[in-house]
Amino acid sequence: MQNSFEDIMEKLDNHELWDFPGGVFPAERKTLSNQTPIGKLAIPARLYVTVKQHIGVEGQIIVDVGQKVLKGQALTKSMNPFAVPIHAPTSGEIAAIHKHVSAHPSGFPELTIEISSDQEDRWTKLFPQIDYQNQPTMQVLTAICDAGISGMGGAGFPTHIKSSPKKDIDFLIINGIECEPYITSDDRLMREHAWQIRQGIDILCHLLKPKHVLIGIEHNKPEAIEALQVACRENTNYRVCIIPTKYPAGGEKQLIQVLTNREVPAQGLPVDVGVIMHNVGTCFAIADAIFSGKPLIERVVTVTGEAVENPGNMWALIGTPVSDLLAHCNYKQTGQNRPNIIMGGPMMGFSVTSDLVPVVKTTNCILAPTDNEIAGNNEQPCIRCSACADVCPASLLPQQLFWHSKAKELDKAQDYNLFDCIECGACAYVCPSEIPLVHYYRIAKSEIRVEQEDKQKSDKARERFEKREARLIAEQQARDEKHRLAAQARKQAMASNGNTAKDKIAAALARAKAKKQNASIVNEKPIDPTEVTLADKSVQEVKTDESNTSTKAASSNQRVQAAITRAKAKKAAAEVTITQTELKNKINTGQIIENKREIKHQGNDVKFASKQASEVKMKDQADVNHSLHTADVSPQPQKQVITDSKQLKITTAVAKAKAKHEAQKIANSQDVPNPVPAAKVNSPQTNISVEPAKTQEQQIDMKKRRIAAAVAKAKAKKSAQIEATSKKDKPS
Amino acid sequence: MRFRLASSPHQHIRRDTGQVMRLVILAMVPGILMQTWFFGWGTIIQIVLAVITAIVTEAVILELRKRDFERALKDYSAVLAAMLLAVSIPPFAPWWVIVIGTFFAIGVVKQLYGGLGFNVFNPAMAAYVMLLVSFPVQMTQWLPPVNLAQYSHDFMDALYAIFTDFSVEGFSLAQLQTGIDGVTMATGLDTVKTAMAQGLTYSETIELPIFDSVIFGLSVASSWISLGYLLGGLYLLKQKVINWHIPVSMITGLFICSLIMSLVDNDLYPSSLFHLFNGSIIIGAFFIATDPVSASTTNKGRIIFGAAIGVWVYIIREWGGYPDAVAFAVLIMNMAVPLIDYYTRPRTYGHTSNKRVPEDKAKS
Repeated sequence: MQNSFEDIMEKLDNHELWDFPGGVFPAERKTLSNQTPIGKLAIPARLYVTVKQHIGVEGQIIVDVGQKVLKGQALTKSMNPFAVPIHAPTSGEIAAIHKHVSAHPSGFPELTIEISSDQEDRWTKLFPQIDYQNQPTMQVLTAICDAGISGMGGAGFPTHIKSSPKKDIDFLIINGIECEPYITSDDRLMREHAWQIRQGIDILCHLLKPKHVLIGIEHNKPEAIEALQVACRENTNYRVCIIPTKYPAGGEKQLIQVLTNREVPAQGLPVDVGVIMHNVGTCFAIADAIFSGKPLIERVVTVTGEAVENPGNMWALIGTPVSDLLAHCNYKQTGQNRPNIIMGGPMMGFSVTSDLVPVVKTTNCILAPTDNEIAGNNEQPCIRCSACADVCPASLLPQQLFWHSKAKELDKAQDYNLFDCIECGACAYVCPSEIPLVHYYRIAKSEIRVEQEDKQKSDKARERFEKREARLIAEQQARDEKHRLAAQARKQAMASNGNTAKDKIAAALARAKAKKQNASIVNEKPIDPTEVTLADKSVQEVKTDESNTSTKAASSNQRVQAAITRAKAKKAAAEVTITQTELKNKINTGQIIENKREIKHQGNDVKFASKQASEVKMKDQADVNHSLHTADVSPQPQKQVITDSKQLKITTAVAKAKAKHEAQKIANSQDVPNPVPAAKVNSPQTNISVEPAKTQEQQIDMKKRRIAAAVAKAKAKKSAQIEATSKKDKPS
Repeated sequence: MRFRLASSPHQHIRRDTGQVMRLVILAMVPGILMQTWFFGWGTIIQIVLAVITAIVTEAVILELRKRDFERALKDYSAVLAAMLLAVSIPPFAPWWVIVIGTFFAIGVVKQLYGGLGFNVFNPAMAAYVMLLVSFPVQMTQWLPPVNLAQYSHDFMDALYAIFTDFSVEGFSLAQLQTGIDGVTMATGLDTVKTAMAQGLTYSETIELPIFDSVIFGLSVASSWISLGYLLGGLYLLKQKVINWHIPVSMITGLFICSLIMSLVDNDLYPSSLFHLFNGSIIIGAFFIATDPVSASTTNKGRIIFGAAIGVWVYIIREWGGYPDAVAFAVLIMNMAVPLIDYYTRPRTYGHTSNKRVPEDKAKS
């Protein structure tokens, strides 16, 4: 049960505060850098603006290499609530957009926009919103987002999201604690710009409408306390609270506990307990954005440490490389065995891997310590003294976390709430055995995250695999069903008489004619995209079908042909139609291809086909077949079958016509039909029987038909070839 | 330019393990001085022997384990264990007793279990128990305080007695142990135990000269020694080298138990003050039970640990076979430490209880 607003207010009115468990008291070393006002740096020659400087996703880059930009011009656009844009810190030209070493302990290169400044510092057009109180909230929030403001206290959470909560807010807490040793940037900012911070708080109040505002400042900053007390004098709802100096009182959860005694639930946010916290630097930037329209392009950075001759605070442009700051403050490596630059404070900062690392929105300090200010590298075995547990502000057991992290017992480490560790470093600070505890926890945390990512990926892969298996099985079943139905229909047709024989013959003849016509007009007809895709699809279908069952199709074709021959032998004209039915079922898809493929046409196919056609005209059908077969290059079995099926159709159509003719003759002359000889067609796989007796005109007719068919076939083959090559990489 | 890379935090408090151990050794000095004052030079010689044996043993074993023994010796943990053992045994115990004991403490109890930080049992106490069980005669030949001894002895006497069982003039150990009244002296606890076994009541027992009649029931030597160690212990508390939980809970445990029993029957059971200022309860509370490696690690756990030791000490003292029981009690509770740690986790910030419920934890 969290305590009520009234209880907290009562306690605050009595100038009483709560406390958080643990904590350490390192030497403050603030006087190194807080004695002088904030200085200004010369504009660096090169600025490296990292695209992602906040928690969330990258914005979309809207500039190009070589483009000239003005100071404050947006370089990225926010396409997502969790994307915060970046701006050009000064006027100049975009020199490159590439991966540059990032402001991160790993030093991995991250996408960065490199600007070479022209030293003119020309501003772009700004759009202040002084009348923000009468604007819709959404507009103000958009202005804050477009100004590129994210949390400047260290975490970098997008400010516009934190300024628009869905719940009622009891307290807006402004964090001016700055508990880490050496850092004094917030201190000087509060001393020199308390009014503007106050303006920022006003804007936040307007957006969040909290019941009360608490401004927390540590006890070791008396001037800053006074400055803010003066700035907030008129507004009784703003209360400056003086917090006892203890590290890490400035941590979000710890400060909330000190001021309100409410605990943020594990894996929850402060808004869950009715509190929102913003850093004083963020308030300053908000005021800049709303009242001056200025985007976030510079911040106060403390440059300190005994290896720096002139420590102090300065306004640094975002993207300034660390080397520039150090040069300005006269960094000397004399006290350091190896160069050692820390970005951040001594408790939570990280060593930089190169001096080209740029300043980002969350950089509050560059620390260059001499070797005797810094701890050594001397790990001893743990003596279980639990000095670490005594100082942990999250009431964890760092010792157990250490034992389990070191032994890679990651599930046990999680049991001890490893992810509740805020990585403040108090435990490692007091450890008598000088064990780098936080380092072990970071390693364990990242190992756990990698494990979970891998598990998610493998779960997804398994799901995909299972779905695919199911799909293939379903397809197979559908195919089997289709074949079964076809076989059934065939049997039925065999059993019944051919009442519709005449219709079928007529239909076959019509089809043959149509084919001949299509073959000649296929040049002029433009490609119809829908039909093309249909053709693609059918080709693909055939290919998948026939690549799977090519050999089966070939042999089943043979069987079918034998059956047809037998059937023909039994009956005369009527059984031709049965044959046709069987064939039609078998080569159904082939037929579709043929019809469609003739419509689908490519330019060079025409030439090739016509060339072939001219050749064909000179040869016999056998030669035609031979040349066509040799012309075949890729997917052989399919082509064979397609070729065969086409041939089959042609020859069956021809045979049908002949049969009809013969039937008539038989009817007229009462001759016994000749025994069916072997197939006249010279395809090695077909076995069509055709009446040997032909009249001269029938022969010419046939030859013409054959030629036309060959031409069409050639064209079809060519297009199928193209299909095959283009579809080779498609999954079957 | 290759930068020095290190993980945060980059600063460190200026107190490492070696300094902690040295502070503890420093805090033992008042108690050791008291012991020397009352019982002669024997203790100092035992300490020297123990420390030398400890260092040699640890160096040899670490060398065998291929570890850096120079760095390990710098943490003074072996020295401290040796000193604690040396002040616990009779001042004139033969030299081989302490040598065997220290070797056992460092070699077996500490190094065989894994070295610093890995031993389950308190090395000094485990070695004391081993010696007590193996050499009961030598381990119970306590000296009378110098003001009550029949024969006085000096440094050379002590040296000779330890190495040769005879003083310079030729007095045997038994003779050296004789008190003014001709009776071989024992410790205060021992006296009470044997006397009461013989049928004397507690009130009669404390009439004996070993007990100072000014402070009712307190044997002079023991109380002054206890006060010396108490001073050292308070210094350690102030320096934040040890936590208050174990000493306070241990003393309180013993105090309450003895209080209850002495209220029940004043004659059969010694008073609380007697228990507190006789025997090694004070040194046990501040120096022995607080050995960080073998004690409980959570604060709640420490209170349970200390209180349980206090209760065990009382039980063994009253109804057990040995007069002093701190060593046994500590060893028994060392065995229970993992169990205590498991059940006394503090509640983590943001969680509603300390139940270990594994949840999906990948939140940065």
